[in-house]
Parts: sequence; C-alpha cells; structure tokens
Amino acid sequence: MYDYNNFDESFVRNRVAQFREQVGRRISGALTEDEFKPLRLMNGVYLQLHAYMLRVAIPYGSLNPNQMRQLAMIGERWDKGYGHWTTRQNIQYNWPRLSDIPDMLDALADVGMHAIQTSGNTIRNVTADHFAGAAADEVEDPRPTAELLRQWSTDHPEFQFLPRKFKLAVTGSKADRAVTKAHDIGIRIVKNAAGEIGYQILVGGGLGRTPVVGQVLKDFLPREDLLPYVEAVVSVYNTLGRRDNKYKARIKITTMENGIEAIHDLVEARFAQLRPLFSGVDQEHFANIAADFKAPEFKTASLDGYHAARDADPIFRSWSDTNVDDHRADGYGIVTISMKAHGATPGDASADQMRVLADLAEEFGHGDIRISHEQNVIFPHVHRSDLPAIFAALRAHGMATANAGLISDIIACPGMDYCALATARSIPVAQEIAERFDALKIEHDIGHLQIKISGCINACGHHHLGHIGILGLDRAGVENYQITLGGDAGPDTVIGKRAGPGFAYDQIVPAIERLVHAYLELREDEGETFIDAYRRLGEAPFKAALYPEEDKTNAA
Amino acid sequence: MPRPFSPKVVTANDLIEGDVIYMARNGSWVRDMCMAWLIEDEAEANTQLARATDEPGIAVGPYLADAAAGPTGPIPTHFREAFRATGPSNRFHGKQTQQSAPEAVANV
Ligand code: HEM
Ligand code: SF4
Repeated sequence: MYDYNNFDESFVRNRVAQFREQVGRRISGALTEDEFKPLRLMNGVYLQLHAYMLRVAIPYGSLNPNQMRQLAMIGERWDKGYGHWTTRQNIQYNWPRLSDIPDMLDALADVGMHAIQTSGNTIRNVTADHFAGAAADEVEDPRPTAELLRQWSTDHPEFQFLPRKFKLAVTGSKADRAVTKAHDIGIRIVKNAAGEIGYQILVGGGLGRTPVVGQVLKDFLPREDLLPYVEAVVSVYNTLGRRDNKYKARIKITTMENGIEAIHDLVEARFAQLRPLFSGVDQEHFANIAADFKAPEFKTASLDGYHAARDADPIFRSWSDTNVDDHRADGYGIVTISMKAHGATPGDASADQMRVLADLAEEFGHGDIRISHEQNVIFPHVHRSDLPAIFAALRAHGMATANAGLISDIIACPGMDYCALATARSIPVAQEIAERFDALKIEHDIGHLQIKISGCINACGHHHLGHIGILGLDRAGVENYQITLGGDAGPDTVIGKRAGPGFAYDQIVPAIERLVHAYLELREDEGETFIDAYRRLGEAPFKAALYPEEDKTNAA
Repeated sequence: MPRPFSPKVVTANDLIEGDVIYMARNGSWVRDMCMAWLIEDEAEANTQLARATDEPGIAVGPYLADAAAGPTGPIPTHFREAFRATGPSNRFHGKQTQQSAPEAVANV
C-alpha cells in the first residue's frame, strides 16, 4: 500500500492548521457563512439537514487496518459511533460539531487521510475497482495509476476552481467494477495488439439530472502520456466548460455541446503543448508507486476445512457462494462483506464493526481493506481456508448477510434523512425492500438484481444505473417515487428508462414486489437474470406489472 | 389575486452543532419547533428573517419555513420540515431523542 511521504504529510498538516484557524474565525464571527462556505467545502465539510457532515476521502477505496481503526475512533469520539460508506469510496460522518472538525482532521492526518477535495469544483477522490490487485480478469492493478492521478490532482493549482466538480475513475479489468463510463474521465487499463499496456480514455460520462454515458476520447494512450493527456482534457474543460449555468457546467454537457470531435482536437492541441513539459520524472515516480502496491505473499494451505465447513453449514455455504468471488491466486477468494444487513441502513458501519473488520483484515486478509462503490467492504485477498473463521466473526457482528449482488444489496444515497438537497427519503425505502424480500425468502431465487435509490435528481445513489432505479421526488408536498428500468452499471453502462408515473411512499415497495414477481413468472429459467429478461422481453410486461389498473383499462 | 400569506417560522442551523434552530418570539433561538414564533404577518416575517440573516455567530442559512398552529406550538406543514424538526427516520438520532419533538405534521 502507498504510505504518505514527508511532502504529503506536511501538506495535509498545514492544511489542517489553516482550516483550524478558519473555523476559529468563523466561530468568533470574523468570517460570515458566505465567506466560510467555500473554505469548509474545500475541506469536505457540508451542512446537512440536522448537522454538519464531514466527507473523508478513501483514495481508490483502499484502507489499511490502522486507518480503519482510526475511522472507528473518530466515529466514536466525535460522531455518533458510526460512519457511512458512499458510492464514491468516501466515508461520511453525519453528526460532527464544527468546533471538533479540526481535531477530526488531525486524527485523520495521523493515519495519512484527509478530506481535501471531497467537495467543491475540483478533481474529487479518484476511485478504482474495489477488486484491484485481486481480480482474476485484470490487465493490471489500477491503484498505482489512481495514486499517480491522486498526487497529480491534489492541490493542482490550475484546477482548484473548475466550472464544476470533476470525477475520475480507473479500472484495470474488462468487467469495469469502477463504472468508468459514468465519470467525467474514465480510465481503462488495456493492452494493445503489440502487448503493451496503456490506457483507454473515456470522457463526458456523468449521472445527475442529465445522465450521459462516457465516450471514447482516446482508444489507446501510451502509459507515459497519461498525466499530460489528462491534464490536457481538464485544461480544455477548464476553459470551455460553462460557468454561467451550473446545470450545464459538467464536462458531459461541454462534450455534448461541442461534440466529441471538437473536444478531441482541442485536447490533442493542448496535449502537444503540455507533453514536452513532462520530463519523465512522473514515470520514475510511477515506478516507485507501483512498487508500493506489490501483491502480498500468497500462502498455500489445505482447503479441507473450508470444504468441510461448506458441507456442514448451509448458511456458510450460501454466504461463500454469494459473497466470495474468484481470486487470481490459487486457493484465494475475494470477500464482499455486506454492509446491507436486512433492514439496516445501506453503507453504515458502527465503530465496533470497523474494529472487527480491521482485526480480521490483519489476521486473515493481508491487511488490505477496500470500500466498494456499492457501499460494501471488501477483503481482496483471503485464503479460502480462513473463510469459516471470518464468517463466524462477521456473523457475530451483523456483517454476514449473504446478499452481495442480490435484491437487498441496494445502493441508497442519504436522501431526506440527512441531505439538505433531497426531495424525498431513500434509506427507509431500501430498508423496507430488503426486509420485505427477506421475509418472502425469495432473495436467492431472484438472483442478481441491482436496485439503486436516489433521494433527488442529483443521482448520488446511481438510480439511472439500477436494473431497477428508484428516484424520490417531492410531488405537491408528498414523497413520490419514480421507477426506471433496464439501467446497468456494467462495462457497457446503460441508463435506465422511466417506467411511468411515480408511486407514493407506501406504494413503492408493493410496486417493486409486483415487478419482481412478474420477472419470476417471465424468466426462461433460473439462469436468466432480471436484466437479461428485461432485455429479451422489453419493458411492456414489466410496465403491465407495475400499472395493472392501466393495463385493464387499455384492454377494455 | 395574490396568494394569502401562510404562517411562517424563521429557522436555520446552529453554527456549532449544525442542529436545527428556530426563532422564538423574543428573538432568541430555540431547538424545539413548538417553542418557535409562528409569524402570521408577512412584513414581520421578512423583518425577522433580515434580522436573523444579519446576526452572525449563531444561525447559519436562516429562511422562512411554512408552519401551522398545533396544540402546543407551531408544527411543520411539509415533510422536509417535519424531518428537520424530528431527525432522521432510519436511526433514533437528533431531536427525536429529546422529549418534545412534534409528533404530527399539520394536515393542510
Ligand atoms: C451532503 C450530501 C450530498 C450532497 C450535497 C451531494 C451533492 C451532489 C450533487 C449536487 C450532485 C450532482 C452533480 C451534478 O450533476 O453536477 C451529486 C452527484 C453525485 N454524488 Fe452526491 N451529494 C451528497 C452525498 C453523496 C453521497 C452520500 C454519495 C454516495 C453514496 C454521493 C455520490 C455522488 C455520485 C456518485 C453522484 C453522481 C455522479 C455524477 O454525476 O457525478 N453523493 N451529488
Ligand atoms: S441524490 Fe440528492 S438526496 Fe441523495 S445524496 Fe445526492 S443530493 Fe442528496
């Protein structure tokens, strides 16, 4: 893993000291809220409905056990004993006091973490595939690339006041678990015909009120051109992006308004200017970073105990089928630890759970922990012989739900329970769907099905990309939920289509239930997933299930 | 015809805690919505909002929220204000952990 060097350390410490003074001036009344707001946002501090919120970056979703323990300590000491994992591989604390935040930031700096550029019109936390370094289908570990980009983008003087927020994601595998096509710049590590490793660069993806799938800007970029090229893209956006209208300010709109060809030409021209300024130091540096991410020493051990446990315990078997993915090393698995116990808030982890995770990762997981954009925790490197012990410990702490990729593995944004921008709640909808399908005992029969819920048009919960998406709105003073169908966060990235009129709060779970029952009736066999059935049959039978009354009227 | 003025409370977030606060009749800030000042007059509402906006050091982002008269004081008329007055619905945190949080949203 990458550890802070002296430069990182002193930069972060200085920033905390500076922010401590700014908070002091705000509290003394020397700064107005208008003056203070941009300063706090630069340091990840929001004001939500009931309290401030501190958003801490977890670069490319990677944590070591000490960092995890520190996150637990911070949640316990300055918050209400928990934290919330987000779709952008951050952790959010929902209840800090303004006067405590500088101390929280110092505690983060103690373990090489910070909240810089987790808000504002800057380059945000660089995200990556949460299976990085472990996935069987990987061209290369995306983390060194993500770390290089993180260092380049942090405090980059030219890019502190972009037209709008700017998000980068990196994947090293075709399966694209980083949703690169929904980012301002998506970076896919690829191999060309000559066997060289380079990057495919996607641009102009994003969700929000205008969802757009990213387009290929460069099919193959040689490795050494990465920084000048990405800098060229951001620089073109910085001059061209619209500052007059924040709804048109993201690069997805810049790309739509100007056309990908025009953007391409401008980027190439800017790249030609920038390329000579990169002497190659960045590449030496990249080599050093890559060395920090070398794979752990994988062990060999007997799998007898693992198989015996599977035979003896159907609950363990079910969990190890659902929540453990294939690893590139023999005998190993990638463990997805569900932060979605049925009825719990998706993505919340208590301080106790965090400490258990830290201990388990240390004992059984080569000290490597990841946060996925699906708001779960991943142990990327676990020998299967250790799975029974891990499972037992997780079970004792409410983290052994066997639901990865299933209907209750829901992404939900904070919604109206916390977020000041929300138009409706999303968390309770997720809780009720999970509880309902758990009670019906059909979750495993339904199979792979992704539900994603946002509490407003900003789409933080990726609802556009849910096989079933749910968007909470305020319709004449009551919560109303719009359903989209057919979205997909996979490598092709499909934006779902709106199914029709929305549903009241107490009608949304029954509507989802009708939809799922329709799928179970319609599927060819158990192997056909919801999204496959939807693609085969189109929306009509699903809409008929959602709006049975209308169907009758039309038929009459 | 101009729409009749609907009663308002002046509300904001506390500078240090971030907690939701309301302006009381004497101009001080209270945590509990039922102790808020339900302002029935538009000019008065605007005067008080301007005063709150000018007063640094306590209230962040003051605005006028619709409210109605309830049995023991003002109650919210919109679900957003109801959540602000009680706390999140997924966890027993925030104002609802103190006794007197309003139970009902006005039916208007
Ligand atoms: C205080 C809470 C939050 C605020 C104020 C907020 C604000 C926003 C806004 C305004 C947008 C739309 C940006 C645009 O279209 O230009 C957005 C998008 C997004 N946010 Fe949030 N958000 C919050 C919490 C979260 C959380 C908890 C997550 C993760 C669960 C998240 C992840 C995202 C993602 C993935 C997008 C959409 C992707 C994109 O278009 O960039 N946000 N957010
Ligand atoms: S989608 Fe809307 S409600 Fe949900 S977190 Fe984002 S801004 Fe808040």
